[in-house]
Amino acid sequence: MSVVMDTARFQRRKYLNIMVLCLSVLMTMFGLFWLVWLLWTLFSQGLPYVNSTLFFKATPPPGGTGGLANGIVGSLVLTVTGVLIGAPTGVLAGTYLSEFSRKSKIAPVIRFVNDILLSAPSIIIGVFVYEIVVVPMGHFSGWAGALALAMIALPVIVRTTEDMLRLVPDNMREAAAALGAPRWKVTTAIIYRAARSGILTGVLLAVARISGETAPLLFTALNNQFWSSSLNQPMANLPVVIFQFAMSPYDDWQHLAWAGALLITLAVLGLNIVARIILKTPKMRK
Amino acid sequence: MKQRQQTGAGPEQMDRGKVLDVLFVQGTRFFAWMVLLIILAVLFALGKGALPALEKFGPGFLTSSSWNPVTEDFGALVSIYGTLVTSIIAMLIGVPVSFGIALFITELCPVWLKRPVGIAIELLAAIPSIIYGMWGLFIFAPLFADHVEPWLNSRFAGVPLLGSLLTGPPMGIGMATAGIILAIMIIPFMTAVMRDMFEVVPDVLKESAYGIGATTWEVVRRVVLPYTRAGVIGGIMLGLGRAMGETMAVTFVIGNTNRIHASLLMPGNTISSSLANEFTEAVGEIYTSSLIALGLILFFITFIVLALSRLLLHHLSRQEGLRT
Amino acid sequence: MLLNVNTDGAGGRCSVAGGDVIAEDKRIASRAEDEQVKMSIRDLNFHYGRFHALHDISMDIRLNRVTAFIGPSGCGKSTLIRCFNRIYELYPGQRATGRILLDGRNILDNRENLNLLRATVGMVFQKPTPFPMSIYDNIAFGISLYERLSRAEMNERVEWALQKAAIWDEVKDILQQSGTALSGGQQQRLCIARAIAIKPEVLLMDEPASALDPLSTLKVEDLVEELKSDYTIVVVTHNMQQAARISDYTAFMYLGELIEFGDTASLFTNPLKQQTEDYITGRFG
Repeated sequence: MSVVMDTARFQRRKYLNIMVLCLSVLMTMFGLFWLVWLLWTLFSQGLPYVNSTLFFKATPPPGGTGGLANGIVGSLVLTVTGVLIGAPTGVLAGTYLSEFSRKSKIAPVIRFVNDILLSAPSIIIGVFVYEIVVVPMGHFSGWAGALALAMIALPVIVRTTEDMLRLVPDNMREAAAALGAPRWKVTTAIIYRAARSGILTGVLLAVARISGETAPLLFTALNNQFWSSSLNQPMANLPVVIFQFAMSPYDDWQHLAWAGALLITLAVLGLNIVARIILKTPKMRK
Repeated sequence: MKQRQQTGAGPEQMDRGKVLDVLFVQGTRFFAWMVLLIILAVLFALGKGALPALEKFGPGFLTSSSWNPVTEDFGALVSIYGTLVTSIIAMLIGVPVSFGIALFITELCPVWLKRPVGIAIELLAAIPSIIYGMWGLFIFAPLFADHVEPWLNSRFAGVPLLGSLLTGPPMGIGMATAGIILAIMIIPFMTAVMRDMFEVVPDVLKESAYGIGATTWEVVRRVVLPYTRAGVIGGIMLGLGRAMGETMAVTFVIGNTNRIHASLLMPGNTISSSLANEFTEAVGEIYTSSLIALGLILFFITFIVLALSRLLLHHLSRQEGLRT
Repeated sequence: MLLNVNTDGAGGRCSVAGGDVIAEDKRIASRAEDEQVKMSIRDLNFHYGRFHALHDISMDIRLNRVTAFIGPSGCGKSTLIRCFNRIYELYPGQRATGRILLDGRNILDNRENLNLLRATVGMVFQKPTPFPMSIYDNIAFGISLYERLSRAEMNERVEWALQKAAIWDEVKDILQQSGTALSGGQQQRLCIARAIAIKPEVLLMDEPASALDPLSTLKVEDLVEELKSDYTIVVVTHNMQQAARISDYTAFMYLGELIEFGDTASLFTNPLKQQTEDYITGRFG
């Protein structure tokens, strides 16, 4: 046995290891670098144009002054409507998968399809809703947009609801059933309550997901230069306004687009962070 | 039972309970089925919308590179090519980076840093696609054009194969830019899966490898990776599925030209960006139908990729379930 | 009025392992004859999917007495008790055959209303399972399932149940706090209060003290003693001393079979079966 040779081999292994670990640190910095750059860009480009006009005036014609108020309100309306459709649907579907499908053969298929929908291209949903809502109605509408958003929120909520309900231990179900509670009562009064922060997290994450969605709105809610309070009409919304203004040749429109981009990112990141805090609170008590 | 009957809340309340039970369970089942119905309805609606184009062009739709609204002659090749090329670029960059980050978080990172780094990377996934697009178009692309593309041109000019791929006019926008931005966008998804996979490797396995003197890298290479192979591949497929379907960011920076260029620095088009750009403006049945057919193709490709991804991920989690 | 369905007339002590039911001890038999049977189990078999977990169990549970099931883990004692309120029905693939007569009514019948059955046959579990709601609501939840009480009546009933479970003094000032914030022993007594609040006739306790500290265990044992004047109690325990302390009758189970069943004092002092003797003297496998 040559000690010299072993040392050389050991050295080589050691250097390889150090190299890989350094690379891994570099990769992490690479990943974080983009986040910092993106956020810095958003603040430096958008912050100068965030002012009261932005929140209280509708989108201007090129060269005019205005804000994003109709887009902000439209986005809120579309998102809220989308969640109001998507959340109950998703929670109930998730409830079935977690609580009532133990014997079911179709449940694994539904779960599988839901996981695919979760990552499916949102633009496909846009085309779909265009085909089934916009074409029959004859025009773009807020309803179509809200429906498209609901379909994007749905799989997120189904998934988180099922996961969170599964975290509720079976002896909670047994304890409630042992009191003579029927299954719907066990689920709504006990299981939902035990999992409520988790379900809420799922809904918030879904809100975060759909409030930044642009692609499915292009063919559904479209956009509206003006105030639109009716879901039957095309509806202004922040993402599409940003898209149109950013792609425009006008400086003031581009400024508004940056300001809108900053708003939407802050809202989405804020929702994500709030969702995490909510999910973490009950765990910390234990 | 005596008391219950005395209070008069006995049998009839029980019947109501039973009815509500059935209603509730069947209600949840209905909504669960709706998930399934949605995907079938999507398939049906896209198929129906794509029918005129598919009838007119036949299988040649897949291999034709023409896209001419005036003569109403359409083919999917350019968009498919763009989708594949941008996704491949995204994977080439994204996979090693995601692996590195997952490795850092699970094996290297001090405990106090794990959560912040993990959350920061996940926030990359939360930033809306359109923000990536704007940033890509207005910030990244000019820098890419001024600093990277000239360098690529000078470095690879005349090199066989790579030369044609990596040289071209420094425009900033194009398939390379789209691919890089896609890479950043899918990193968080792949990282999250890989990290979760690495974390389920039993400590006993790792410790026994460390116990015989293996280095961190050797443990990862010889123990962690083989153990989590299916899951890691599943995570990569998930990233691929995401990259192929990503729309807004690509639409901003791809350049939207319906021609296949050899160079990655040249503009192109992807399925999703064609849809985003042209769908609302399309006039005529065949034009719209061709776009929907593109959507159908995208649906199929992403469905297969994502289904494979889920199968691989599911496989591993089931294995895990058995082990514990 | 409760029916005495002690059709076999088999009193206290019988050996069932051989399949035949034999009255063994006249002394016990005479005492047992005075005692009404609340629940009779006849030829009960239980399957988890393909696994045959209980083999031809037949026994009588007596009114207002404490019956303990003992045996090594996996012997089927928990499975057996879970048949008495058919809680196993929550899981597909688990099924019981045979008869369990509660006051003469076969509760294994398909037409049996499970919710009503479970309101009549209450259960306390091994791990305390307070619901994620206030202490007050934990108790009120079960009551409001079957009874519409006024606020005052409800307050009274909640207090009654908490009194009965010997936890009132500890929680009377914090009724609106979450039940999950209590200590393990308090949580378990809360669960007992929750179970008795709906005034069941039979109370099943599946290792009610095994997750508790010794002091809490003692409190729960005292409670069982206290409660047996009003309820028929069935306790599963892996702790033989506990069974000896709290029960009137004891059943020893092994590998899904009822090996020996009789009054507690005799079973522990003078077991009829070798397996029982080996188990209670600690010479077991």
